Amino acid sequence: MNTQFWLIQAFNGISYGALLFLLASGLTLIFGVMRIVNLSHGAYFLLGGYVALSVIAATGSWLLALPVAAAVVAVIGLLMERIFLRRVGFDPLRQVLLTVGFAFLFQQAALDIWGGDNLDITPPDMLRGSTVLGGLHFPMYRIFMIATAIVVGTILWLMMEKTRAGAMIRAAVDDSEMARGVGIDTSRVSMFIFALGAFLAGLGGVVGGAFLGVYPGLDFEILPIAFAVVIIGGMGSLTGAAVGSLIVGLADNFGKALFPEISYFTLYAPMVLILALKPTGLFGRE
Amino acid sequence: MFLTDRGKLWTVFVIVLALAILAPFASAYVILLVTQALILAILAMSLDILLGFTGLPSLGQAAYLGMGAYLTAILATRYDFGLGWSFWVVIVLGILIGAATAALFGLFAIRAAGVSFLMITLALGMCVWGLAYRWNSMTGGDNGINIPARPKFGIQLADGVTYYYLVLFFFVMSLAMLYVLIKSPFGRSLVGIRERELRMRILGYNTWLHKYIAFVIAGGFGGLAGVLWAHLNGIVSPQVVVLATSVDALLMVVLGGPGTLVGGAIGAAVVVFLRDYLSTVVPWWQYVLGGVYVLTILYLPGGLMGIPARIRRWREEQAGPGQEKKR
Repeated sequence: MNTQFWLIQAFNGISYGALLFLLASGLTLIFGVMRIVNLSHGAYFLLGGYVALSVIAATGSWLLALPVAAAVVAVIGLLMERIFLRRVGFDPLRQVLLTVGFAFLFQQAALDIWGGDNLDITPPDMLRGSTVLGGLHFPMYRIFMIATAIVVGTILWLMMEKTRAGAMIRAAVDDSEMARGVGIDTSRVSMFIFALGAFLAGLGGVVGGAFLGVYPGLDFEILPIAFAVVIIGGMGSLTGAAVGSLIVGLADNFGKALFPEISYFTLYAPMVLILALKPTGLFGRE
Repeated sequence: MFLTDRGKLWTVFVIVLALAILAPFASAYVILLVTQALILAILAMSLDILLGFTGLPSLGQAAYLGMGAYLTAILATRYDFGLGWSFWVVIVLGILIGAATAALFGLFAIRAAGVSFLMITLALGMCVWGLAYRWNSMTGGDNGINIPARPKFGIQLADGVTYYYLVLFFFVMSLAMLYVLIKSPFGRSLVGIRERELRMRILGYNTWLHKYIAFVIAGGFGGLAGVLWAHLNGIVSPQVVVLATSVDALLMVVLGGPGTLVGGAIGAAVVVFLRDYLSTVVPWWQYVLGGVYVLTILYLPGGLMGIPARIRRWREEQAGPGQEKKR
């Protein structure tokens, strides 16, 4: 084990973390603003990948697939929130079961529409090679994943910190009752956040489709990992989602490389410890 | 339709009797399905102690099922243990490992409430899944462990009907023990904690300890279900401990009716029917399963067991105000 091993593993961990950030940033906002435990979030990720495959098959454009797939998933999320989730209220157990029910429905629909094979999204040629830096090969696609996460993260940060809408969202995270009291339409904020979260998950699904593949069962594989990110970082915190993604991405990669037999344990045990010792996570607020 | 406590006991007794008498006349496939449902019913009832009676929605109940099942498989394949009379020792060990795991997990989980409790039990369940999935040298990884044969000690458990009777025995024992538990003062105080924990604490109850003990007991019954599950299928794989199993267990309780014990058993029967029977008949069975989840949450807050009460309330409303209840 030399420097090269550590550098490559760290790079792989960071790029995987970048993908997780796309998924977890939406989940953490939904969690923080609406107190909704959304177990459909993995299904959104998977649907994003599938829709992108269809868009690519129809138009041949990978670049077009990115926004279209994300938008389609956003609409699905929006409808789910407006029609069903609003009726359930704040009982986390009922939210869990309702969203799991939808995850199963989406799973079956995906199976009916796209079949049960392992599919792969082919990225454009530009992103297929690798860059050599200091004698190390860095795949372009992983660099692209990191860049995407940085761009998305920056946009989200600017939106949250610098715009009126962002201020309203932060108010709703901190104290939703008080936010309503000062005239913020928290119902509209919730709707917007849920759609945004679904959008990001769909986008993650397209980006991840070339990296993890698109296959039945991916939804429930990635979902608990996204929850680990959200819990470690702290519910409702974007900074937390970013740091959590890095931690989980690195823990996952080094765990698999160094202690393969307990690699998932090394992922979820920190989640347990954080929940037990500091339930608000690293960056969450009371 | 609207039964007293004694009437309910009689109903359960008659149903169990019918299950016992009708078994030899049923096909092997039906026996298998009902056996599955009875084992998962034990798991669901153990979860009902937490969810229905104590108000703790655990999202990791499959972990105890998995611990019991893996213990059985590892003892059978590595040490050739538990395939004769020693099966009964494995039953005890299975209960103990479920309880011990819950005792460890409870130290972390019981402090949490609401969403945090859901998340921490999810994480604990995923820890067990991670070990089952990756710890190849111990668990066989993704392939799981094949158990050579069912135990035989005078009687042949390899026979489907015989095994069914064994499972039925454990189901009835579990139901009886859990029933006694919830009717005991301890069970009453669990309900008190569910209704208003603060009041119980002010009254001087150690609510943490009450919840912890309930958690450990539920783990023990989960472990028992795991041992039975391992020998029913002859194979134990990480599929036992996936998140979906824990979520299914929650659905069983909520669908049947939380806080009713037998509701969990009814829910288990419905879920097994959908997952293991309907899935072999139609390719779109998962629409039905997903639909059951959604409709249960939207329209059946009290579960199937809550339907009589809803009908009664509806009738009273129909009868109009001012009229005395006629019963």
